Amino acid sequence: METEFTPFASLLGGGLIGLSAVILMASHGRVAGISGIVSRILPPAIDTKGLPQGLTFIAGLLLAAPLWFGIIGQAPVVTISSNMALLGLAGILVGFGAVLGNGCTSGHGVCGISRMSGRSMIATATFMTTGVVTVFILRHVVEG
Amino acid sequence: MANPTKVQNFLDIFGTWDPSLAFVMGGAILVTAPGFWFVQKRSTPFFHDMFHLPTRNDIDARLVAGAAIFGIGWGLGGLCPGPAVTSLPFATSGVLVFIPAMLVGMSLAKLTALPSRKTIPA
Repeated sequence: METEFTPFASLLGGGLIGLSAVILMASHGRVAGISGIVSRILPPAIDTKGLPQGLTFIAGLLLAAPLWFGIIGQAPVVTISSNMALLGLAGILVGFGAVLGNGCTSGHGVCGISRMSGRSMIATATFMTTGVVTVFILRHVVEG
Repeated sequence: MANPTKVQNFLDIFGTWDPSLAFVMGGAILVTAPGFWFVQKRSTPFFHDMFHLPTRNDIDARLVAGAAIFGIGWGLGGLCPGPAVTSLPFATSGVLVFIPAMLVGMSLAKLTALPSRKTIPA
């Protein structure tokens, strides 16, 4: 299914993500990697010292939806093409891969590349490539 | 980024390609790169005594394997951690399946990373 190309909304949204990363760096000196922030407060080896900070950041992420609703008045367009079993598998792979590789689109893709980190550039190039290959197989080989 | 089909379309360069996501990343880096540079001219952050910056610069198998696995999951579901958590309150059935699975995946990966028990010398 096609989606509309939205360069301006996307640029603006990206800018806000960037602003969030800069604010976290300025206030607490931390990289805004969502997978890191979430996984640090999960068992095993829960980071109890960083727990209040992590929970506060996650609460902020969760508050974005009601804020969006208050301003725009309706939920954003969400179209999911994958079936539920695939989404469950996707979740396990995303969580496992993000922790194993020390980051996701935010930690490596935004913060890491902004810091000119070689590790993050390799990681981002790697997950973009496997993502493209996966969607190709899913849409043009399996479903095609 | 909270719309999985849009993410999958970004990755579908040989199909219904939608380059929007590149603008999200570009917009974020345009703000973050100069922002980080400016902030780090201070010796400490405003509410903490030090910056916690990743210091490693070696490319190891865990990094590449982890990123590769992450990308496969990202392509399959069209969701990554940030947008998934952000769209949780909208409670679409997709995220309600994806998030618990993601948390399980994260815990599993942490288990494999735990330092193995040291053998006590006799």
